[in-house]
Amino acid sequence: MTADRQDRPEGAPVGRRVVLGLLGLGALGIVGGSTLQKGLSAVLEPIETRDPTGLVSLLPAGGTFRFYSVTGAVAQPDAGDYRLTMSGLVQRSGTYTLADLQAMPQTDLVRDFQCVTGWRVPHVPWSGVRLGHLLDLAGPTRAADAVRLTSFDGTYTESLTLEQARRADVLVALRMSGGPVSHDHGGPVRLHVAPMYGYKSLKWLSGIELTQGVRPGYWEGSGYSVDGWVGSSNGRDDDPTG
Amino acid sequence: MTRPAEPAAVVEPELARFARPVRWVHGLVGALVLVCIVTAAVLYNGSLAVLVGHRHLVELVHVRCGFALPVPLLAGLVSRSYRADLRRLNRVTPRDWQWLRSRSRRDGRIPVGKFNAGQKLNGALSAGAIAVLLMSGTVMYSTGWAPLPWRTGATFVHDWSALAVGLLVVGHVRFALGDPVAMRSLRTGTVPRRWAQQEHGAWAAEHSGSPADEPRSGPGSPD
Repeated sequence: MTADRQDRPEGAPVGRRVVLGLLGLGALGIVGGSTLQKGLSAVLEPIETRDPTGLVSLLPAGGTFRFYSVTGAVAQPDAGDYRLTMSGLVQRSGTYTLADLQAMPQTDLVRDFQCVTGWRVPHVPWSGVRLGHLLDLAGPTRAADAVRLTSFDGTYTESLTLEQARRADVLVALRMSGGPVSHDHGGPVRLHVAPMYGYKSLKWLSGIELTQGVRPGYWEGSGYSVDGWVGSSNGRDDDPTG
Repeated sequence: MTRPAEPAAVVEPELARFARPVRWVHGLVGALVLVCIVTAAVLYNGSLAVLVGHRHLVELVHVRCGFALPVPLLAGLVSRSYRADLRRLNRVTPRDWQWLRSRSRRDGRIPVGKFNAGQKLNGALSAGAIAVLLMSGTVMYSTGWAPLPWRTGATFVHDWSALAVGLLVVGHVRFALGDPVAMRSLRTGTVPRRWAQQEHGAWAAEHSGSPADEPRSGPGSPD
Protein backbone atom coordinates (compact mmCIF):
# COMPACT_ATOMS: atom_id res chain seq x y z
CA MET A 1 0.00 0.00 0.00
CA THR A 2 1.85 3.01 -1.29
CA ALA A 3 -0.26 5.42 0.63
CA ASP A 4 0.86 3.95 3.95
CA ARG A 5 4.50 4.17 3.15
CA GLN A 6 4.05 7.78 2.25
CA ASP A 7 2.03 8.39 5.38
CA ARG A 8 4.58 6.86 7.67
CA PRO A 9 7.24 9.52 8.18
CA GLU A 10 4.63 12.24 8.48
CA GLY A 11 3.86 13.49 11.97
CA ALA A 12 5.14 12.64 15.43
CA PRO A 13 4.54 9.21 17.02
CA VAL A 14 2.14 10.68 19.56
CA GLY A 15 0.25 7.41 19.96
CA ARG A 16 3.31 5.55 21.18
CA ARG A 17 4.22 8.41 23.54
CA VAL A 18 0.72 8.44 25.05
CA VAL A 19 0.79 4.67 25.62
CA LEU A 20 4.26 4.71 27.18
CA GLY A 21 3.40 7.79 29.24
CA LEU A 22 0.26 6.18 30.62
CA LEU A 23 2.20 3.00 31.40
CA GLY A 24 4.77 5.05 33.32
CA LEU A 25 2.04 6.88 35.23
CA GLY A 26 0.36 3.56 35.99
CA ALA A 27 3.59 2.10 37.35
CA LEU A 28 4.11 5.19 39.53
CA GLY A 29 0.54 4.85 40.75
CA ILE A 30 1.06 1.22 41.70
CA VAL A 31 4.15 2.06 43.74
CA GLY A 32 2.82 5.27 45.32
CA GLY A 33 -0.93 4.85 45.05
CA SER A 34 -1.57 3.50 48.53
CA THR A 35 -0.47 6.83 50.03
CA LEU A 36 -2.53 8.76 47.50
CA GLN A 37 -5.53 6.55 48.17
CA LYS A 38 -5.35 7.29 51.90
CA GLY A 39 -5.24 11.03 51.27
CA LEU A 40 -8.11 10.85 48.83
CA SER A 41 -10.24 8.75 51.17
CA ALA A 42 -9.65 11.25 53.95
CA VAL A 43 -10.92 14.04 51.69
CA LEU A 44 -13.84 12.20 50.08
CA GLU A 45 -15.12 10.18 53.03
CA PRO A 46 -16.80 13.07 54.88
CA ILE A 47 -18.26 14.33 51.59
CA GLU A 48 -19.51 10.89 50.64
CA THR A 49 -21.26 10.21 53.94
CA ARG A 50 -23.14 13.53 53.62
CA ASP A 51 -23.84 13.36 49.88
CA PRO A 52 -27.62 13.10 49.41
CA THR A 53 -27.30 12.23 45.70
CA GLY A 54 -25.07 9.22 46.30
CA LEU A 55 -22.99 10.25 43.29
CA VAL A 56 -19.76 10.56 45.24
CA SER A 57 -20.06 6.91 46.21
CA LEU A 58 -19.63 6.05 42.52
CA LEU A 59 -16.03 7.30 42.78
CA PRO A 60 -13.46 4.69 43.74
CA ALA A 61 -12.40 6.52 46.87
CA GLY A 62 -12.68 3.97 49.65
CA GLY A 63 -13.72 4.89 53.17
CA THR A 64 -17.13 3.33 52.66
CA PHE A 65 -18.58 -0.13 52.45
CA ARG A 66 -18.38 -2.25 49.33
CA PHE A 67 -21.00 -4.95 49.09
CA TYR A 68 -20.08 -8.54 48.49
CA SER A 69 -22.49 -11.37 47.94
CA VAL A 70 -21.22 -14.84 47.12
CA THR A 71 -24.38 -16.38 45.73
CA GLY A 72 -27.35 -15.38 43.58
CA ALA A 73 -29.99 -12.90 44.66
CA VAL A 74 -30.57 -13.30 48.39
CA ALA A 75 -34.15 -13.49 49.61
CA GLN A 76 -35.29 -10.63 51.82
CA PRO A 77 -37.30 -12.08 54.70
CA ASP A 78 -39.87 -9.90 56.43
CA ALA A 79 -38.81 -8.93 59.90
CA GLY A 80 -41.60 -11.20 61.16
CA ASP A 81 -40.40 -14.22 59.15
CA TYR A 82 -36.81 -14.08 60.30
CA ARG A 83 -35.54 -17.06 62.34
CA LEU A 84 -32.18 -17.80 63.93
CA THR A 85 -31.60 -21.41 64.91
CA MET A 86 -29.20 -22.75 67.53
CA SER A 87 -28.19 -26.34 66.94
CA GLY A 88 -25.40 -28.89 67.11
CA LEU A 89 -23.57 -29.80 70.32
CA VAL A 90 -25.84 -27.86 72.67
CA GLN A 91 -27.99 -28.80 75.65
CA ARG A 92 -30.88 -26.57 74.54
CA SER A 93 -31.31 -26.08 70.81
CA GLY A 94 -33.79 -23.43 69.82
CA THR A 95 -35.09 -20.84 67.40
CA TYR A 96 -35.21 -17.10 67.90
CA THR A 97 -37.29 -14.50 66.11
CA LEU A 98 -36.06 -10.98 65.50
CA ALA A 99 -38.26 -9.80 68.37
CA ASP A 100 -36.67 -12.43 70.68
CA LEU A 101 -33.22 -11.10 69.79
CA GLN A 102 -34.33 -7.49 70.24
CA ALA A 103 -35.61 -8.32 73.72
CA MET A 104 -32.18 -9.61 74.82
CA PRO A 105 -29.51 -7.38 76.40
CA GLN A 106 -27.94 -5.23 73.68
CA THR A 107 -24.27 -4.32 73.41
CA ASP A 108 -23.01 -1.23 71.57
CA LEU A 109 -19.64 -1.06 69.85
CA VAL A 110 -17.95 1.51 67.64
CA ARG A 111 -15.21 0.00 65.52
CA ASP A 112 -13.44 0.49 62.20
CA PHE A 113 -14.59 -2.08 59.65
CA GLN A 114 -11.60 -3.49 57.76
CA CYS A 115 -11.92 -5.57 54.61
CA VAL A 116 -9.19 -7.98 53.70
CA THR A 117 -9.14 -6.43 50.20
CA GLY A 118 -7.97 -3.14 51.69
CA TRP A 119 -10.93 -0.83 52.22
CA ARG A 120 -11.69 0.36 55.73
CA VAL A 121 -14.70 2.21 57.06
CA PRO A 122 -13.87 4.27 60.15
CA HIS A 123 -15.99 4.39 63.34
CA VAL A 124 -18.97 2.21 62.48
CA PRO A 125 -21.47 1.98 65.34
CA TRP A 126 -22.79 -1.56 65.84
CA SER A 127 -25.41 -2.84 68.23
CA GLY A 128 -26.70 -6.32 68.98
CA VAL A 129 -26.64 -9.38 71.21
CA ARG A 130 -23.30 -10.80 72.25
CA LEU A 131 -22.79 -14.16 70.57
CA GLY A 132 -21.53 -15.32 73.97
CA HIS A 133 -24.95 -14.57 75.47
CA LEU A 134 -26.68 -16.83 72.93
CA LEU A 135 -24.10 -19.54 73.60
CA ASP A 136 -24.78 -19.33 77.32
CA LEU A 137 -28.51 -19.73 76.67
CA ALA A 138 -27.89 -22.83 74.54
CA GLY A 139 -25.27 -24.40 76.80
CA PRO A 140 -22.55 -26.02 74.68
CA THR A 141 -21.84 -29.66 75.54
CA ARG A 142 -18.43 -30.69 76.80
CA ALA A 143 -17.38 -31.84 73.32
CA ALA A 144 -18.15 -28.52 71.62
CA ASP A 145 -15.15 -26.31 70.95
CA ALA A 146 -16.11 -24.39 67.81
CA VAL A 147 -19.02 -22.51 66.24
CA ARG A 148 -20.21 -22.82 62.69
CA LEU A 149 -22.28 -19.94 61.31
CA THR A 150 -24.56 -20.26 58.32
CA SER A 151 -26.34 -17.73 56.17
CA PHE A 152 -29.83 -17.86 54.69
CA ASP A 153 -28.21 -17.03 51.33
CA GLY A 154 -27.54 -20.77 51.27
CA THR A 155 -23.81 -20.56 50.54
CA TYR A 156 -21.95 -18.29 52.93
CA THR A 157 -20.57 -20.01 56.03
CA GLU A 158 -18.10 -18.97 58.70
CA SER A 159 -16.45 -20.42 61.75
CA LEU A 160 -15.02 -19.33 65.08
CA THR A 161 -13.45 -21.21 67.95
CA LEU A 162 -15.67 -21.26 71.02
CA GLU A 163 -13.16 -19.01 72.76
CA GLN A 164 -13.28 -16.45 69.93
CA ALA A 165 -17.07 -16.64 69.83
CA ARG A 166 -17.31 -15.76 73.55
CA ARG A 167 -15.34 -12.53 73.16
CA ALA A 168 -17.17 -9.40 74.27
CA ASP A 169 -16.66 -7.80 70.86
CA VAL A 170 -18.36 -10.53 68.84
CA LEU A 171 -21.97 -9.55 68.21
CA VAL A 172 -25.04 -10.91 66.55
CA ALA A 173 -25.70 -7.47 65.13
CA LEU A 174 -29.22 -6.08 64.76
CA ARG A 175 -28.33 -2.45 64.20
CA MET A 176 -25.52 -0.52 62.54
CA SER A 177 -24.89 3.18 62.00
CA GLY A 178 -28.01 4.07 63.99
CA GLY A 179 -30.53 1.97 62.03
CA PRO A 180 -31.47 -1.65 61.48
CA VAL A 181 -28.87 -3.65 59.54
CA SER A 182 -30.05 -3.24 55.93
CA HIS A 183 -30.38 -6.13 53.51
CA ASP A 184 -27.31 -5.10 51.50
CA HIS A 185 -25.29 -4.98 54.71
CA GLY A 186 -26.40 -8.53 55.56
CA GLY A 187 -29.53 -7.74 57.56
CA PRO A 188 -31.82 -8.14 59.29
CA VAL A 189 -29.28 -10.01 61.42
CA ARG A 190 -25.57 -10.43 60.71
CA LEU A 191 -22.50 -11.34 62.63
CA HIS A 192 -19.98 -8.71 63.66
CA VAL A 193 -16.59 -10.05 64.68
CA ALA A 194 -14.95 -6.73 65.54
CA PRO A 195 -11.29 -7.81 65.78
CA MET A 196 -11.30 -9.77 62.51
CA TYR A 197 -11.45 -8.97 58.80
CA GLY A 198 -14.87 -8.33 57.31
CA TYR A 199 -15.26 -11.75 55.72
CA LYS A 200 -15.47 -13.30 59.22
CA SER A 201 -18.54 -11.16 59.94
CA LEU A 202 -21.04 -13.40 58.18
CA LYS A 203 -23.95 -11.67 56.46
CA TRP A 204 -27.61 -12.80 56.54
CA LEU A 205 -27.05 -14.94 59.62
CA SER A 206 -29.57 -17.75 60.05
CA GLY A 207 -27.84 -20.57 61.88
CA ILE A 208 -25.45 -21.07 64.78
CA GLU A 209 -24.18 -24.61 65.19
CA LEU A 210 -21.82 -25.86 67.90
CA THR A 211 -19.26 -28.28 66.51
CA GLN A 212 -16.23 -30.23 67.54
CA GLY A 213 -13.31 -28.75 65.65
CA VAL A 214 -13.37 -25.66 63.46
CA ARG A 215 -14.92 -26.22 60.06
CA PRO A 216 -13.40 -23.51 57.84
CA GLY A 217 -15.94 -21.24 56.17
CA TYR A 218 -16.63 -20.06 52.63
CA TRP A 219 -13.79 -17.58 52.18
CA GLU A 220 -11.22 -19.77 53.92
CA GLY A 221 -11.80 -22.20 51.05
CA SER A 222 -10.31 -19.53 48.78
CA GLY A 223 -7.17 -19.22 50.87
CA TYR A 224 -8.08 -16.61 53.48
CA SER A 225 -6.92 -17.17 57.05
CA VAL A 226 -9.25 -19.11 59.35
CA ASP A 227 -8.21 -16.91 62.28
CA GLY A 228 -8.72 -13.63 60.46
CA TRP A 229 -7.32 -11.16 63.04
CA VAL A 230 -7.02 -7.65 61.58
CA GLY A 231 -3.35 -6.78 61.24
CA SER A 232 -1.89 -10.21 61.91
CA SER A 233 -3.37 -12.55 59.30
CA ASN A 234 -3.77 -12.84 55.54
CA GLY A 235 -0.29 -11.32 55.13
CA ARG A 236 -1.60 -7.85 56.02
CA ASP A 237 -0.44 -5.28 58.55
CA ASP A 238 -3.50 -3.04 59.05
CA ASP A 239 -4.09 -1.33 62.40
CA PRO A 240 -6.00 -3.78 64.64
CA THR A 241 -9.73 -3.13 65.08
CA GLY A 242 -10.21 -5.14 68.27
CA MET B 1 -8.50 -8.45 -0.12
CA THR B 2 -9.94 -9.64 -3.39
CA ARG B 3 -13.58 -9.93 -4.18
CA PRO B 4 -15.57 -11.30 -7.05
CA ALA B 5 -16.16 -8.60 -9.62
CA GLU B 6 -19.27 -6.68 -8.73
CA PRO B 7 -21.91 -5.82 -11.32
CA ALA B 8 -21.38 -2.44 -12.93
CA ALA B 9 -21.92 -0.04 -10.11
CA VAL B 10 -24.92 2.16 -10.53
CA VAL B 11 -24.87 2.72 -6.80
CA GLU B 12 -22.42 5.04 -5.20
CA PRO B 13 -18.85 3.72 -5.38
CA GLU B 14 -17.50 2.32 -2.14
CA LEU B 15 -13.98 2.68 -0.80
CA ALA B 16 -12.31 -0.09 1.17
CA ARG B 17 -11.78 1.26 4.66
CA PHE B 18 -11.28 -1.59 7.12
CA ALA B 19 -9.77 -4.93 6.13
CA ARG B 20 -11.21 -8.11 7.62
CA PRO B 21 -8.49 -8.58 10.30
CA VAL B 22 -8.98 -4.99 11.45
CA ARG B 23 -12.72 -5.54 11.76
CA TRP B 24 -12.19 -8.74 13.71
CA VAL B 25 -9.76 -7.17 16.14
CA HIS B 26 -12.14 -4.26 16.67
CA GLY B 27 -15.09 -6.59 17.24
CA LEU B 28 -13.28 -8.94 19.61
CA VAL B 29 -11.70 -6.17 21.65
CA GLY B 30 -15.05 -4.39 21.79
CA ALA B 31 -16.82 -7.50 23.06
CA LEU B 32 -14.14 -8.22 25.67
CA VAL B 33 -14.16 -4.62 26.88
CA LEU B 34 -17.94 -4.70 27.18
CA VAL B 35 -17.86 -7.90 29.25
CA CYS B 36 -15.13 -6.36 31.42
CA ILE B 37 -17.23 -3.23 31.94
CA VAL B 38 -20.40 -5.13 32.81
CA THR B 39 -18.63 -7.49 35.23
CA ALA B 40 -16.67 -4.57 36.69
CA ALA B 41 -19.94 -2.77 37.37
CA VAL B 42 -21.26 -5.82 39.21
CA LEU B 43 -18.07 -6.20 41.23
CA TYR B 44 -17.90 -2.53 42.03
CA ASN B 45 -21.44 -1.23 42.46
CA GLY B 46 -23.05 -2.31 45.73
CA SER B 47 -26.64 -2.59 44.52
CA LEU B 48 -25.61 -4.56 41.42
CA ALA B 49 -23.29 -6.75 43.49
CA VAL B 50 -26.08 -7.75 45.84
CA LEU B 51 -28.57 -8.13 42.99
CA VAL B 52 -26.37 -10.42 40.89
CA GLY B 53 -24.28 -12.04 43.61
CA HIS B 54 -22.05 -14.94 42.50
CA ARG B 55 -19.05 -12.79 43.25
CA HIS B 56 -16.50 -15.49 42.56
CA LEU B 57 -17.92 -16.34 39.12
CA VAL B 58 -18.22 -12.68 38.11
CA GLU B 59 -14.64 -12.11 39.20
CA LEU B 60 -13.47 -15.11 37.16
CA VAL B 61 -15.20 -13.84 34.00
CA HIS B 62 -13.79 -10.34 34.54
CA VAL B 63 -10.23 -11.55 35.06
CA ARG B 64 -10.28 -14.01 32.13
CA CYS B 65 -11.71 -11.44 29.71
CA GLY B 66 -9.20 -8.87 30.94
CA PHE B 67 -6.26 -11.15 30.38
CA ALA B 68 -7.68 -12.10 26.96
CA LEU B 69 -7.73 -8.45 25.81
CA PRO B 70 -4.19 -8.31 24.39
CA VAL B 71 -4.69 -11.54 22.42
CA PRO B 72 -6.66 -10.07 19.48
CA LEU B 73 -4.69 -6.82 19.69
CA LEU B 74 -1.40 -8.70 19.24
CA ALA B 75 -2.73 -11.41 16.91
CA GLY B 76 -3.78 -8.65 14.51
CA LEU B 77 -0.14 -7.75 14.01
CA VAL B 78 0.27 -10.60 11.52
CA SER B 79 -2.01 -8.65 9.19
CA ARG B 80 -0.37 -6.00 7.02
CA SER B 81 -3.51 -3.85 6.84
CA TYR B 82 -3.80 -3.86 10.64
CA ARG B 83 -0.18 -2.75 10.99
CA ALA B 84 -0.77 -0.03 8.41
CA ASP B 85 -3.79 1.26 10.35
CA LEU B 86 -1.77 1.24 13.58
CA ARG B 87 0.96 3.30 11.89
CA ARG B 88 -1.58 5.85 10.75
CA LEU B 89 -3.17 6.02 14.22
CA ASN B 90 0.23 6.47 15.82
CA ARG B 91 1.30 9.50 13.80
CA VAL B 92 -0.14 12.90 14.65
CA THR B 93 0.64 15.66 12.16
CA PRO B 94 0.60 19.43 12.69
CA ARG B 95 -2.58 19.39 10.62
CA ASP B 96 -4.14 17.07 13.21
CA TRP B 97 -3.40 19.52 16.00
CA GLN B 98 -4.88 22.27 13.89
CA TRP B 99 -7.99 20.15 13.33
CA LEU B 100 -8.32 19.47 17.07
CA ARG B 101 -8.10 23.16 17.90
CA SER B 102 -10.43 24.25 15.14
CA ARG B 103 -14.03 24.99 16.07
CA SER B 104 -15.25 24.20 12.58
CA ARG B 105 -13.32 20.96 12.30
CA ARG B 106 -16.27 19.06 10.86
CA ASP B 107 -16.72 21.27 7.79
CA GLY B 108 -13.98 19.42 5.89
CA ARG B 109 -11.83 22.49 5.23
CA ILE B 110 -8.89 20.89 7.02
CA PRO B 111 -8.39 17.71 5.00
CA VAL B 112 -8.36 14.68 7.27
CA GLY B 113 -6.44 11.45 6.63
CA LYS B 114 -7.80 7.96 7.20
CA PHE B 115 -8.19 8.78 10.89
CA ASN B 116 -9.00 12.16 12.36
CA ALA B 117 -7.12 13.49 15.36
CA GLY B 118 -9.92 12.50 17.73
CA GLN B 119 -9.78 8.90 16.54
CA LYS B 120 -6.00 8.90 16.94
CA LEU B 121 -6.34 10.25 20.46
CA ASN B 122 -9.00 7.68 21.31
CA GLY B 123 -6.81 4.91 19.92
CA ALA B 124 -3.78 5.99 21.92
CA LEU B 125 -5.73 6.51 25.14
CA SER B 126 -7.55 3.19 24.77
CA ALA B 127 -4.35 1.27 24.08
CA GLY B 128 -2.57 2.97 26.98
CA ALA B 129 -5.49 2.40 29.32
CA ILE B 130 -5.71 -1.28 28.38
CA ALA B 131 -1.98 -1.61 29.08
CA VAL B 132 -2.36 0.12 32.47
CA LEU B 133 -5.39 -1.96 33.40
CA LEU B 134 -3.53 -5.14 32.46
CA MET B 135 -0.48 -4.12 34.48
CA SER B 136 -2.43 -3.08 37.58
CA GLY B 137 -4.79 -6.03 37.22
CA THR B 138 -1.84 -8.41 37.16
CA VAL B 139 -0.45 -6.91 40.37
CA MET B 140 -3.88 -7.10 42.04
CA TYR B 141 -4.20 -10.70 40.97
CA SER B 142 -0.69 -11.70 42.11
CA THR B 143 -1.42 -12.09 45.78
CA GLY B 144 1.64 -14.34 45.95
CA TRP B 145 4.48 -11.98 45.10
CA ALA B 146 3.29 -8.38 44.98
CA PRO B 147 3.88 -6.49 48.25
CA LEU B 148 0.71 -5.29 49.91
CA PRO B 149 1.17 -1.52 49.36
CA TRP B 150 1.65 -2.26 45.66
CA ARG B 151 -1.60 -4.18 45.58
CA THR B 152 -3.37 -1.26 47.24
CA GLY B 153 -1.70 1.06 44.73
CA ALA B 154 -2.66 -1.22 41.87
CA THR B 155 -6.28 -1.24 43.05
CA PHE B 156 -6.16 2.55 43.17
CA VAL B 157 -4.76 2.74 39.61
CA HIS B 158 -7.15 0.07 38.32
CA ASP B 159 -10.25 1.77 39.81
CA TRP B 160 -9.48 5.23 38.49
CA SER B 161 -8.31 4.15 35.06
CA ALA B 162 -11.41 1.97 34.76
CA LEU B 163 -13.52 5.03 35.47
CA ALA B 164 -11.60 6.96 32.79
CA VAL B 165 -11.98 4.12 30.30
CA GLY B 166 -15.70 4.05 31.03
CA LEU B 167 -15.96 7.70 30.03
CA LEU B 168 -13.79 7.06 26.96
CA VAL B 169 -16.05 4.20 25.86
CA VAL B 170 -19.17 6.31 26.39
CA GLY B 171 -17.64 9.01 24.19
CA HIS B 172 -16.57 6.48 21.57
CA VAL B 173 -20.03 4.92 21.39
CA ARG B 174 -21.67 8.34 21.24
CA PHE B 175 -19.58 9.36 18.24
CA ALA B 176 -20.23 6.00 16.62
CA LEU B 177 -23.99 6.29 17.06
CA GLY B 178 -23.77 9.75 15.52
CA ASP B 179 -22.26 8.36 12.32
CA PRO B 180 -24.06 5.23 11.04
CA VAL B 181 -21.80 5.07 7.97
CA ALA B 182 -18.68 4.84 10.09
CA MET B 183 -20.35 2.24 12.27
CA ARG B 184 -21.45 0.19 9.25
CA SER B 185 -17.90 0.28 7.87
CA LEU B 186 -16.74 -1.75 10.86
CA ARG B 187 -19.11 -4.49 9.75
CA THR B 188 -18.81 -4.31 5.97
CA GLY B 189 -15.36 -2.77 5.63
CA THR B 190 -16.34 -0.16 3.06
CA VAL B 191 -17.64 3.41 2.99
CA PRO B 192 -19.31 5.44 0.24
CA ARG B 193 -16.81 7.64 -1.52
CA ARG B 194 -18.87 10.76 -0.87
CA TRP B 195 -18.73 10.11 2.88
CA ALA B 196 -14.95 9.60 2.67
CA GLN B 197 -14.51 12.86 0.77
CA GLN B 198 -16.52 14.70 3.39
CA GLU B 199 -15.09 13.15 6.55
CA HIS B 200 -11.62 12.03 5.48
CA GLY B 201 -10.77 14.17 2.47
CA ALA B 202 -7.05 13.47 2.38
CA TRP B 203 -7.67 9.75 2.62
CA ALA B 204 -10.31 9.84 -0.11
CA ALA B 205 -7.81 11.66 -2.30
CA GLU B 206 -5.40 8.74 -1.90
CA HIS B 207 -8.05 6.56 -3.51
CA SER B 208 -9.12 9.01 -6.17
CA GLY B 209 -9.65 7.44 -9.55
CA SER B 210 -9.98 3.91 -8.28
CA PRO B 211 -13.16 2.92 -6.52
CA ALA B 212 -11.82 -0.63 -6.23
CA ASP B 213 -10.27 -2.04 -3.09
CA GLU B 214 -6.64 -1.35 -3.99
CA PRO B 215 -5.61 2.21 -4.64
CA ARG B 216 -3.69 2.05 -7.89
CA SER B 217 -2.97 5.70 -8.40
CA GLY B 218 -1.05 7.87 -6.02
CA PRO B 219 -2.48 10.80 -4.10
CA GLY B 220 -3.10 13.91 -6.06
CA SER B 221 -3.84 12.22 -9.36
CA PRO B 222 -6.80 13.59 -11.31
CA ASP B 223 -10.21 12.33 -10.39
